[in-house]
Amino acid sequence: MRRKLAEIAHCRAGDKGDTVTLSLIPFRPEDYALLVGQVTDERVRAHLAGIVKGEVRRFELPLIHALQFVCEQALDSGVTTSLALDTHGKTLSYALLELEIET
Amino acid sequence: MPDAKTIRIGAGAGFQGDRIEPAVVLASQGGLDYLVLECLAERTIAAAQLRKRQAPGTGFDPLLEPRMEALLPFVARNGVRVVTNMGAADPLGAGKVVIAVARRLGLRVKVAAVTGDEVLRSVKPKMIALETGRPLSEHGKIVSANAYLGVEAILPALASGANVVITGRVADPSLFVAPLAHEFGWALDDWDRLARGTVVGHLLECAGQITGGYFADPGVKEVPDLAHLGFPFADVDADGFASISKVAGTGGAVTLATVKEQLLYEVTDPTGYVTPDVTTDFTTVRLAEVGTDRVAVGGATGRPRTDTLKVSVGYLAGWIGEGEISYAGQNARARADLAAAVLRERLQDAVPDLRIDRIGIDSSHRSNFGYAHDPYEVRLRAAGRSEQRALAERIAWEVEALLTNGPAGGGGLRKSVTERLGIVSTLLPRRLATAELVLLQNRYAAKAR
Repeated sequence: MRRKLAEIAHCRAGDKGDTVTLSLIPFRPEDYALLVGQVTDERVRAHLAGIVKGEVRRFELPLIHALQFVCEQALDSGVTTSLALDTHGKTLSYALLELEIET
Repeated sequence: MPDAKTIRIGAGAGFQGDRIEPAVVLASQGGLDYLVLECLAERTIAAAQLRKRQAPGTGFDPLLEPRMEALLPFVARNGVRVVTNMGAADPLGAGKVVIAVARRLGLRVKVAAVTGDEVLRSVKPKMIALETGRPLSEHGKIVSANAYLGVEAILPALASGANVVITGRVADPSLFVAPLAHEFGWALDDWDRLARGTVVGHLLECAGQITGGYFADPGVKEVPDLAHLGFPFADVDADGFASISKVAGTGGAVTLATVKEQLLYEVTDPTGYVTPDVTTDFTTVRLAEVGTDRVAVGGATGRPRTDTLKVSVGYLAGWIGEGEISYAGQNARARADLAAAVLRERLQDAVPDLRIDRIGIDSSHRSNFGYAHDPYEVRLRAAGRSEQRALAERIAWEVEALLTNGPAGGGGLRKSVTERLGIVSTLLPRRLATAELVLLQNRYAAKAR
């Protein structure tokens, strides 16, 4: 069954320079393995292709059951010079949660 | 018998525009030893530098006065010591404001201003910007450079006995690590303790973001009484192990979920989070819920600090012109799209990288991931950059002109033209940034009325 990440996990977006960080934290710790298996950096990069121009790198934090995606060139040059309405990329957490996976 | 001493540090502001009331609750009822006010980000240091250029004497935080008016009485009464980066681009000027507020309130305070983060003279045009890989000089005229100072810069201020320590650019977690290192006498090469302190500082630095702010999602992530969101504090022991909580009776929540979200917030390398004090491995952090609204944090490990300091470099980035206009009702989307096409045609020669957003459809994510709805109303937004103010003004003007020269029923016009200071980062050898301390004191407090 295909489900949106929003049904399984939560996410917070952060910014540093032109880089956006997106955490991915399952509501239930037992779903961590599912996320590790399916939400690869390639999939996230393809999903956010309209926003993220650079690399997407994934980090695993098994002790707290969380993934971190670090997305480069994601803020149209950065918070003070971006032409976007959301210059920090604060709303991007909910873009990641639109991604669908098989469960 | 283990040493049971703990230090309680509260976070009374997590960004420049943060609410003041939760800090008052912390300072008056929180039983705090220290209150940290973190008010300086990439955007706000740029804004402070811009203000200073446009009107000298305005380089410190614009909300310094009201924050101090609200908090200084508790500094005097409860012995809470304040550590803040509200000095922004002018820590000394900020210190003088704090003294003036104290006089007005009839309070005696000792203020320590920490300067030395300004390193414009040491930054060379050929240095490489970390974000772009290009020399700094290629980005625009460089007008400011602020090094992220660390614990070392703050410790002498704490040793001076000052009630209020006010800095410019320092690493956010260092504002919290400094009181811990001061109180517990941590060696500055005790990497694991510094790392654990850094994790505590990182968790607290955005204040309400760990107590349910930037978290609440109705039906998904419920947060009780968000309207009265309380700010956090940490009880930290001599080894840097801590528990995070908030004042009983305030709104919000401190749970594993809120703490996890904040632990990873803005961390671009969880295996090595670099601050001026230590390189911290966040993947070794352990969390546990130990009570209602109380989460224990520990386990972080540290590696030696780097030989360089990160420097935030400000350059003149020209002007941004923006305009917005709404279309509503039948065929709103088509009329907005027509307006967009008209704008592109009118501006394409002068502003090739004009950005046009359809607010309500796809402005936030450049996509709506297949949501197939036709909104009742669409707000059209156009924005463009230019080296010249006049061209930025023309962008805003062309949106305004849509009122009588565009599709039917366009209204609710807003436009703005703003100067921008771009920010990039570079690395500087530590020895090129020297922190200095200036102590200010009001001997005579004006009589309180």
